[in-house]
Amino acid sequence: MARRSAVVGIGQTKYSKRAKDQSIDGLVREAAIKALDDAGMTFADIDAIVIGKAPDALEGVMMPELSLADALGAVGKPIHRVHTAGSVGASTAITGATMVESGRYDKVLVVCYEKQSDGNATWALSGGRSGGQGAGGTFAPWIRSYISRSGAPEHIGWKVAVKDRLNALRNPNAHLHLKDISIEKVKESPMLWDPLHFLESCPSSDGAAAVVIGSEEVALAAPTTPAWIIAHAKRTEFGSFPGRDTVRPQAGVDCSAALYKKAGITNPLTQIDCAELYVPFSWYEPMWLEGHGIMPEGEGWKLTDSGATELTGSFPVNPSGGVLSSNPIGASGMIRCLEAANQVRGTAGDYQVDGARVALGHAYGGAAQYFAMWIVSSDPDPVFS
Amino acid sequence: MTGQAPSITRVTEPRDVAIVAVSQTDSHRSYLEGEPTLIMQCVNDLLARTGLDRDALEFTIAGSCDYLSGMPFAFVANIDGVGAWPPVYESHVEMDGAWALNEAWFRLQCGDIDTALVIGSGKSSPGRPREVFPLQTDPYTMAPLGLDPVSMAGIQARALVDAGLATEADFAEIVSRSRRNALANPHAQVANDTSVKDLLAEPYFAAPLRRHDLPPISDGAAAVILVAGDRAREIAERPAWIRGLDHRIESHHPGLRDLTTSASTALAAKHAGVANGPIDVAEVMVNYSPEEVVLRNALGIPPGEGGAVVNPSGGPLAGHPVMATGLVRFVEVAQRIFDGSADRGVAHASSGPCLQQNLVCVLEGEA
Repeated sequence: MARRSAVVGIGQTKYSKRAKDQSIDGLVREAAIKALDDAGMTFADIDAIVIGKAPDALEGVMMPELSLADALGAVGKPIHRVHTAGSVGASTAITGATMVESGRYDKVLVVCYEKQSDGNATWALSGGRSGGQGAGGTFAPWIRSYISRSGAPEHIGWKVAVKDRLNALRNPNAHLHLKDISIEKVKESPMLWDPLHFLESCPSSDGAAAVVIGSEEVALAAPTTPAWIIAHAKRTEFGSFPGRDTVRPQAGVDCSAALYKKAGITNPLTQIDCAELYVPFSWYEPMWLEGHGIMPEGEGWKLTDSGATELTGSFPVNPSGGVLSSNPIGASGMIRCLEAANQVRGTAGDYQVDGARVALGHAYGGAAQYFAMWIVSSDPDPVFS
Repeated sequence: MTGQAPSITRVTEPRDVAIVAVSQTDSHRSYLEGEPTLIMQCVNDLLARTGLDRDALEFTIAGSCDYLSGMPFAFVANIDGVGAWPPVYESHVEMDGAWALNEAWFRLQCGDIDTALVIGSGKSSPGRPREVFPLQTDPYTMAPLGLDPVSMAGIQARALVDAGLATEADFAEIVSRSRRNALANPHAQVANDTSVKDLLAEPYFAAPLRRHDLPPISDGAAAVILVAGDRAREIAERPAWIRGLDHRIESHHPGLRDLTTSASTALAAKHAGVANGPIDVAEVMVNYSPEEVVLRNALGIPPGEGGAVVNPSGGPLAGHPVMATGLVRFVEVAQRIFDGSADRGVAHASSGPCLQQNLVCVLEGEA
């Protein structure tokens, strides 16, 4: 039987366009030490380390678990490396949880990072080919298809872009602090990939994020409130084939269904208190609200339009500011997972959702074909009614 | 929603997990089709061997490296070979397939699923490994020097010779035996019967290494199916049970390590329980011949009469499909347990310059 696992420590660097004064080693070590401090631990307490990041070509360092072994206190220990495209941060967190649930390890340090200023993200995201379309170019046609299918008005995307940046103003770690963000500014910003304006797109960030995942014994003895990992799920599908639904990929539908089933959730909209969804482009908020069974098909945008996804709404989405405000790609999924944990631990500071007990952390990657999600709760045995 | 005091769950004994089927492609000097094709050959072979449907494999995990094909997200194309429609529960490590197997073992320990497909694949032929692999080294202090794996292996070989732990003739003996063993391996890329004397007559490539002390450049893939509990016995006549599995890493900086030993291998071997019984066969990831000296010592399987047979397949010196090479060691040991020629074996995989990271697994058959 799988054991319980819980997030017992969280650490993040400040996200920025360029971490000028830090090496990659320095970034990951800062996040790791902050997570260890939070857990009341040192590197010596850790049984195993997992790292995750997006393609090695983003920094030009191949299989960086090797060169980071010393900085992460891994010498003499197991270190494991996950790579599942944009979903990698959440996948890595899930691997860390699995290592504890397996019974093999009690304390696992999970660290994800990206130092995008060391390379050219759009080049790397285009498969290392020049003249590539980048992620926005891949997703824009599917977003247009969503708009056409759902009949959503064009201001929905602008609204998400403003909401997440306003939330980010409350998060000291967020990369973008756009104090004067407004609907007007978003719609007047340059069109990058129709219908996506510049301000509806994620930034390219440097930064690292870490969690310590502990067994039940470790969590109960932890100095802070643990975030119990109630359920996690992953699904993958082909990126391209005739008849593929790119707006609402089946892997995403299956992933969330498996997640809710494992958690005992029957009505995610009412039983989950807030969600950190991977929204690198504004329109993905309504698309994932539908694609993950939170809203019926065609109605995700209505939840966004109603204001329910704002910090004080009934279903806050990305209270931390989300990927639209900080995007060190390999860490972005991990940040969603750890911000969900922050909410249920009550450690989210100025972007705390009042009374959050159950939160969803989510990431997707590739051609919207990799999905990784977890549910965390302040209660080790949440009962949903 | 009501709160409850959690009940403490205790660690139970690990669940029994076995390799029930294995597959590997030939080790190709240059495979002109894509990596997914190599993977698909293994997956289809495994399905045919076991009679299982693709959807009977509950979890899939693959190991590969974008840098070998020089394309970020190269692993995404590999799922074409994995088979991912309808959607699958799947993950990927940017490590040798041996580490994918390690993660699959963790996953099966959780008890809610019983079957896993593990894949390792790589094509080294499109690039120049001596230019690609320096990118594995520290980007600030080492990579700018362009220190490549062959030179690093040469430094390790020199340390062994200087310490009086091995001679160039020992290295040649390892090469001669490995490539002679490979004559019986239909997947081997380099197989021949060459005497130690003839090998020693060849010129140096990176002294004290000669060209034959190096692995070939290879393309290939391997895959295995893991099954937990009694179901393993339904699929395989004689499953290869995983009795111990561990991996460890050392400092990245060769100057901080004693290159004549492998502390991480010794530690992993201890945690995997290698010494808990006699070893019939060991498939060891000897990429450069001097590494066999280091690894035999660390694993506690010294050369000599009556000891374990090391690399009966020829090992990586006969075929080195990077990112599958470690998983192939599992394939070779499991195959020998399946056919009854071995009862207890060791599979070993390594990663990084001068054997920085090492994984050790003990596999056993039932009487």
